[in-house]
Amino acid sequence: MAQMTMIQAITDAMRTELKNDENVLVFGEDVGQNGGVFRATDGLQEEFGEERVFDTPLAESGISGLAIGLGLTGFRPVMEIQFFGFVFETMDGVAGQMARMRYRSGGHYHSPITVRSPFGGGVKTPELHADNLEGLMAQAPGLKVVIPSTPYDAKGLLLASIRDNDPVIFLEHMKLYRSFREEVPEEEYTIEIGKADIKREGKDLTIVTYGAMVHTSLKAAEELAEEGIEAEVIDLRTVSPLDMDTVVESVKKTNRAIVVQEAQKQAGVGASVVADINDNAILHLEAPVLRVTAPDTVYPFAAAEDVWLPDHKDVVERAKTVINF
Amino acid sequence: MATKTLEQVEGHFEMFQILNEEGEIVNKDALPDLSDEELQELMRRMVYTRIWDQRAISLNRQGRLGFYAPVAGQEASMLGSQFALEKEDWILPGYRDVPQIVWHGLPLYQAFLYSRGHFHGGQFPEEVNALMPQIIIGAQIVQTAGVALGLKRKGKNSVAITYTGDGGASQGDFYEGMNFAGAYNAPAIFVVQNNQFAISVPVEEQSAAKTIAQKAVAAGINGVQVDGMDVLAVYAATKEARENAVNGDGPTLLETMCYRYGPHTMAGDDPTRYRTSELDDEWEKRDPLVRFRKYLESKDLWSEEKENEVVDQAKDDIKAAIKKTDDTPKQKVSDLIEIMFEKLPVNLQQQLEEYREKESK
Ligand SMILES: Cc1ncc(C[n+]2csc(CCOP(=O)(O)OP(=O)(O)O)c2C)c(N)n1
Ligand SMILES: [Mg+2]
Repeated sequence: MAQMTMIQAITDAMRTELKNDENVLVFGEDVGQNGGVFRATDGLQEEFGEERVFDTPLAESGISGLAIGLGLTGFRPVMEIQFFGFVFETMDGVAGQMARMRYRSGGHYHSPITVRSPFGGGVKTPELHADNLEGLMAQAPGLKVVIPSTPYDAKGLLLASIRDNDPVIFLEHMKLYRSFREEVPEEEYTIEIGKADIKREGKDLTIVTYGAMVHTSLKAAEELAEEGIEAEVIDLRTVSPLDMDTVVESVKKTNRAIVVQEAQKQAGVGASVVADINDNAILHLEAPVLRVTAPDTVYPFAAAEDVWLPDHKDVVERAKTVINF
Repeated sequence: MATKTLEQVEGHFEMFQILNEEGEIVNKDALPDLSDEELQELMRRMVYTRIWDQRAISLNRQGRLGFYAPVAGQEASMLGSQFALEKEDWILPGYRDVPQIVWHGLPLYQAFLYSRGHFHGGQFPEEVNALMPQIIIGAQIVQTAGVALGLKRKGKNSVAITYTGDGGASQGDFYEGMNFAGAYNAPAIFVVQNNQFAISVPVEEQSAAKTIAQKAVAAGINGVQVDGMDVLAVYAATKEARENAVNGDGPTLLETMCYRYGPHTMAGDDPTRYRTSELDDEWEKRDPLVRFRKYLESKDLWSEEKENEVVDQAKDDIKAAIKKTDDTPKQKVSDLIEIMFEKLPVNLQQQLEEYREKESK
């Protein structure tokens, strides 16, 4: 086992699959010689050559069109969108085309594509670099949306995503790229897409979350524990499809829940989780299921980011509201 | 037959130059009609902008500026083209094109606020016809066709000019913008500053086309490749493009051949991963300031004394602008909520109250 950051685990997963499967191709803007603007593909072109790992011209719609076409001819594309805010340039390619390939052809064709992209706030990027657009993606039928929160999960989920025969949007939170290391097996392993993970057990309250907010929620849980409140923290890991079995089972035990997301409130993943809890466990609830979210503005300019983003204090406060209901 | 057509087209796009690297006039017929004062003003702006670039880089390193994309090497391309504009003309810049909008009237401290990610950086004064620097590569290009058509329909004698890079010329929006402007004969100028790289990707990897200028042909608009290190050539080409645009003789694509000396942005780019120092040297020999300085000195229009005056002025202005930037009230989340809509919808009204209460504590 080796100690890896999340970005190292991501590189490791791509290297593993480039070795395993000659049809795997990695491409995007600056992913070749430069190794990606975050160095996620560092060394891969050198190791596997320019036919397997390559730069594209600067056009996101071109990149996803290329991925769809290569997918149709037997390849397994791992395409990068340099920052996920740029996905707007290719909403059609992603949500209109690759998401529907299987459906439109009655199962005859498919898009075995992984769309990797950095996203998420807290690192003071310029506009349209940090947005939380997972809700938009989760609303597109035909896409799976994966968001790891740890190096271990990142490797196993990325391997599963690349091997998946349907398109997977794999979102990498920029703040987590190098924020900590943990043990990651050097050998290959996969984590099933669509399975949540209980990151902390507790009996008093369920906190459902994903991405960087997993760590914010864990910090909040520590603080709550000091006051005798034991929170269970569930990391969804996949926001489409949602693992409601794990969530509902936990809620049946704790009878209270909050959902924590970094994204704005309106029409998001959190709303969907709340609705599903109501559908499946309403008679087990002792309090309404509340949300911790960002406000419904455009992602803020860098100088206001720290106040805009939800923090562990917001989580503690909302948890207590539910506990004291 | 088809290959022959391509060869013929490509043969038409030789680089337009007026001043060579030695500061000598090589194209007398094309020399623009500029007064001595105007020539000096052009030099002054280039020197000023180079100092500003150096200060911006060091302020960024001290954590006092925020997002910054260096401009050294592109002064002639940026400022020569802006100098050919009238105040009523609109500029739609990319993220690197801050000098053009500042010389078009945007106060320097607002450019700094933009860098820091403060919304007041985007609240342009009424008389400044420009948009905020665009982050999404290509988005400004299609909008330019719209602004240009609007100006024409409103009976204005002005143009819309936009800037992108060699990488930006690969975006679908680039073709769409040129095509729309051509279809409506809208008074637009599309400048592609070909600084040879899109972050790490060399221009040769962007396209099979030998020049970017030739892409104008398919859109049915004018196209020219210009020496982007030659401020007189850039000025003259833009001036002509402007005249054509307002006279109804069609939009123009200008490809300016230049180089960015610095890193792509100050956020961790390392040019040694993708460029050789030989290439850097080759381009620095063509430096726009060096050659224009030589030319002006030969005409007795420039001196060390004049240069130093500009340098001091630039440093003082930057210091004052940074002070003003520091003194601007911090932006609050409630401010950001308020600028979302003309009339706030109910969810935001509630959130506005929540944040105001939080902020008052
Ligand atoms: C739609 C979009 N895709 C990708 C990026 C990321 N990005 C920023 S600058 C850049 C390279 C641009 O190169 P070029 O157009 O040549 O302009 P230059 O930076 O050289 O001035 C890239 C890929 C972006 N900002 N927007
Ligand atoms: Mg460029």
